[in-house]
Amino acid sequence: MALTRADVEKVALLARLRLTEPELGTMTEQLTQIVGYVDQLAEVDTEGVEPMAHAVEVTNVFADDVVAPSLPREAALANAPRQNGRGYLVPPVLGE
Amino acid sequence: MSIVDRPASELRKSLASGELTSVELTQACLDRIVAHDQSIGAFLRVDGERALEQAKSVDKRRAAGEKLGPLAGIPVAVKDVLCDSQAITTCASRMLAEFRPPYDSTVVARLKQADAVLLGRTNMDEFAMGGSTENSAFQPTRNPWDTTRTPGGSSGGSAAAVAARFAPLAIGTDTGGSIRQPAGLCGIVGMKPTYGRVSRYGLVAFASSLDQVGPFATTTEDAALLLEAVAGHDPRDSTSINRPTPAYTESINKPLAGLKLGIVPEHFGAGLDPEVSTAVKSAIEVYKSLGAEVKEVALPHGKYGVAAYYVIAPSEASSNLARYDGVHYGFRADQSSALADLAAERQAFVAAGNAAAADNVDSPLVRMYRSTREAGFGPEVKRRIMLGAYALSAGYYDAYYLKALKVRRLIRRDFDEAFKQVDLIVGPVTAGPAFKLGEMVDDPLAMYLVDLYTVSANLAGIPAISLPCGMTKAGLPIGLQLQGPPLEEDRLLRGARMFEAATDWHTKQPTLAGAK
Repeated sequence: MALTRADVEKVALLARLRLTEPELGTMTEQLTQIVGYVDQLAEVDTEGVEPMAHAVEVTNVFADDVVAPSLPREAALANAPRQNGRGYLVPPVLGE
Repeated sequence: MSIVDRPASELRKSLASGELTSVELTQACLDRIVAHDQSIGAFLRVDGERALEQAKSVDKRRAAGEKLGPLAGIPVAVKDVLCDSQAITTCASRMLAEFRPPYDSTVVARLKQADAVLLGRTNMDEFAMGGSTENSAFQPTRNPWDTTRTPGGSSGGSAAAVAARFAPLAIGTDTGGSIRQPAGLCGIVGMKPTYGRVSRYGLVAFASSLDQVGPFATTTEDAALLLEAVAGHDPRDSTSINRPTPAYTESINKPLAGLKLGIVPEHFGAGLDPEVSTAVKSAIEVYKSLGAEVKEVALPHGKYGVAAYYVIAPSEASSNLARYDGVHYGFRADQSSALADLAAERQAFVAAGNAAAADNVDSPLVRMYRSTREAGFGPEVKRRIMLGAYALSAGYYDAYYLKALKVRRLIRRDFDEAFKQVDLIVGPVTAGPAFKLGEMVDDPLAMYLVDLYTVSANLAGIPAISLPCGMTKAGLPIGLQLQGPPLEEDRLLRGARMFEAATDWHTKQPTLAGAK
């Protein structure tokens, strides 16, 4: 299936990416090609086949509810590009 | 023969007997890296000082008669995707160029417990996405057998480091073939264990249901040694399998009596390089001469492996990589310019009399996310995130993602059926020998097809190993792949060792430029 530039722009927004004009062109072409290849999955009869999300059948893993130390705040914030020692700093979410 | 040319199993004996110290061995590795890594580019960072300190400490403890771990004093190179609280962990991405993990991954912790010497961090495709190590944001890695060629990927740095004898052992990760393919192209042993055999805790996630950590070595015995040290249940990884780890090193030299090998006719079809085909067929003859029975088995859904993989892996990647938002850790694009751009876009709409459209322009926070990810990720990572976001988006989820998961189940069933008839499946690991750097960078689909023989094992979660089985006329290594049923690493290693014991392909080494 051929993707349009508008499809690719929409997916880029969903994926929180920005693409330059030339990237948009290349990406549209390459994704169309890859999706075209992937389309061969349609020929497989999967009627009644359970999807397999994991390589080993995952079962619930229960752990005792024991309080243990978690990552100290300082360590959690240490790699943040902007922080004030108490939390992460981000551009305004509401208003300007 | 220099110290660094010897396999880890021998080095262990020499270290134990006192004939060699870990400091001497570590220094020899570091010297070789200094002499040759400029032309290979296997390492992103070499941690010489720390390595020598660890070596010194092991030597001291050995002299004091202390009980030491199974890798005591042996240098190991680690792919830059496993968190180490004492080392920057970049995943070869600008996004994590300065990232200092606050904890050790379980694999790194186990290497430390085993008293291994951590030599440095090896290059890789950014976030392990790629088949040539050219997608690293920092440098390409070159194949030690021919520096105009790629070592394969994504664990190309680890494979090249072992092939060039910079380190006797290295750790890689395999999501669609990223250990086995570079091992094949570099003429060494590489193994992908059963999914869940090795903990993924602290492994920077790419496609969580497929990623598995595994060993690189020059011999199967060394691969067994390294796997034994890092495998085992980990309560911090909920997908970790709670089963004891067999002592692979103890059983490895016991040949498998009455071995039944399966071959898949499609693995020898169009697209397979004739020299690779010949080498793999001769390897099968070697097995026959050792008494193995060889029969054809069918993996009818194998041909859909790459298609299923390139839906599932990017889908999981698009979700896993959502965490790189410029907020919690890692790179953030310069906000002032991103926000100025945003204001300018708004104004342009207003000036054009389209105030409503101006409201649809990103918020400052979303613009910060988008510009951060635009600047922080390389082209292949963007391509996979886009592909995954597309496959998971409303309207396409059933046709792509869900469909791929169903095909995945059929692929696994094929293996289950085949392993009722045979013990192991044998075939090529790659369709051709190492390709030229730059040859496929502009053709992502062609690059994806290099995973043809390896992806199915990841989809099915089964263990598989690649070992050297020949050489092209041009002097490039050829790999042989063995695949086994879940949790049968022991069988796989013993089966691989049978071939290795009967041949000498694993002893071949590249001649490095300027090397004596």
